[in-house]
Amino acid sequence: MTAPDLIVAEPAHDPAPAASRTLRRPPKPELSAGQKKALRLARTLVWPAIVVAILVTQIPFLVTIYYSFQNWNLMRPGSRGFAGFDNYVTVFTGGAFMQSLSATVVITGSSIVLSVLFGLGIALLLNRKFFGQGLARTLVITPFLMMPAAAALIFKWSMLDANVGMVNWGLSILGVDPVQWNTDFPALTVIMVLTWQYTPFMMLILLAGLQSQSKETLEAASVDGAGPIRSFLHMTLPHLRQYIELAVLLGGIMLLQVFDPIAIMTRGTGGTKTLSYLLYERAFVGLEIGEAAAYGVITVLLTIIVASVALRLLFKIFSSEGAKS
Amino acid sequence: MTTAAPASTAPRTSTPAPPRRRAKRMRHHVTSTALTIFTWIVTLGFFFPVAWMVFTAFKTEAAAATRTPTIFTALSLDRFTEVLDRGFGVYLLNSLTASVMSTVIVLLLAIPAAYGLSIRPIIKSTDALFFFISTRFMPIAAAIIPIYLLLQGLGMLDNITALSVLYVGMNLPLAVWMMRSFFSEVPLEIVEAAQIDGANFFTELVRVVMPIVAPGIAAAALICFIFAWNEYFLASLLTSTMARTTPPFLGSFVDGRGQFLAVLSAASTLAVLPVVLAGWLAQKRLVTGLAMGAIK
Repeated sequence: MTAPDLIVAEPAHDPAPAASRTLRRPPKPELSAGQKKALRLARTLVWPAIVVAILVTQIPFLVTIYYSFQNWNLMRPGSRGFAGFDNYVTVFTGGAFMQSLSATVVITGSSIVLSVLFGLGIALLLNRKFFGQGLARTLVITPFLMMPAAAALIFKWSMLDANVGMVNWGLSILGVDPVQWNTDFPALTVIMVLTWQYTPFMMLILLAGLQSQSKETLEAASVDGAGPIRSFLHMTLPHLRQYIELAVLLGGIMLLQVFDPIAIMTRGTGGTKTLSYLLYERAFVGLEIGEAAAYGVITVLLTIIVASVALRLLFKIFSSEGAKS
Repeated sequence: MTTAAPASTAPRTSTPAPPRRRAKRMRHHVTSTALTIFTWIVTLGFFFPVAWMVFTAFKTEAAAATRTPTIFTALSLDRFTEVLDRGFGVYLLNSLTASVMSTVIVLLLAIPAAYGLSIRPIIKSTDALFFFISTRFMPIAAAIIPIYLLLQGLGMLDNITALSVLYVGMNLPLAVWMMRSFFSEVPLEIVEAAQIDGANFFTELVRVVMPIVAPGIAAAALICFIFAWNEYFLASLLTSTMARTTPPFLGSFVDGRGQFLAVLSAASTLAVLPVVLAGWLAQKRLVTGLAMGAIK
């Protein structure tokens, strides 16, 4: 495996998860005076950023946890009080939560799978010398740069509109009757625009993976008589595995929080009420602060579960790569 | 494949080898051309919504709202002036303010932090790094309610500075994460040489390390700018009239009544133009930045 550029190589940056690191780390070496000074300085430099991150993200979250145990509706200011687990009971017995969870899984999951597949296909197409290669790549990354609000609007009204949408016009050439995308398939419209926007992102990561693959090995395989499909399945795909996992992880983090296309295209109708949209509705339309906070806490717990599994995987990949080289 | 057919008759000639090789090269050439054409079809299909948006922005409303698309039609800048007449400039300016302000603050915090995280030997750098990454994982939904109520209490709703501070929180982890990978590229010898010279850490940072990591910083800054420029959720909840940025304004731009496709396309074109142009120009750096930040 010749991919040293992928590895966090410094011994001080041991990428193993905290639990296993304490077991593996050799006894702490004595630091010289200069090193101690450097360490103090390093801490001084890092602290401001940590403090700001705590203030802007962590403390509000703690307050959210506190709110989630409060009986608090902004329409009835006098009735605020401690509610115990009432909000959580409401969430789990209300029915909206499970629907929302499945909407989140369907929309996030299918957008990730589709954008990774398209991203891989386009990365393979772009990873060869051809006429206008640079221009083609520039055009392909554009959807990722596009403002999500604008992308959602253009898809809703210009591409997928039942009467004047370009997609229906394209289908009419093929003899297919007009489809009422926005009213009949709201979840699909959201998945389409998300896939379109995230394919370039996946493509960039996978293209980086393809370009890090050794050309000599592939040529050797070709000389040995391996066809393009065989060498793709047995050499390129295993090589790309960690890039695919990374793409899925990063895409998952971003897509779990997705809000814009739902607010703009469907307003949560037709199986598109994801957790973040449900929370928005409970808090800012229903003004149920306590209940919405409970949704927030549950969303974070779910994200932590998904992300820590994914992160552990990521660190495992890095450390096993490091061990190999 | 049809061009490959003569190859099967080739052995009848006196010197069989060269034609066969030529046929193979020919076949290779044909598949290569076919692949290139296919690549371009996919690329253009993928880019089509963007191109169509820009094209529609120059049409009249009547020409934009047809079932069969009009290609040959009178084009004008009228839709753009219409958008700007509806006060779009103010929203663009608000977006610019929030994006620039938040990106500058992020850089001021993230550059020292990333540098600190790359100083050797640092203990617990993984813990700090893990912390930064984990804040990025946290859905903004988890923090929005207290933030909204706090800003409401302070009378700071619809305030561009408050929005910028939240964008700092949003982009800081990503910036630290990306930049650290660039900082750890700085050869140890260079840093040590500077230390022996007696340079203190800040002159070292500015004179020695910064020039090496400048491209990485530029990439991180661009990505922070893009995320702030495109952000919709916080902007739509925390701003209303004075500090409204482009994405929420765009979201409330049409109500689905009457003909609006051309003017919507014009507004969208103006909204995406700065970031798309910047992204195109800085494409190489953007790609490196994303790949580095993501993979390292």
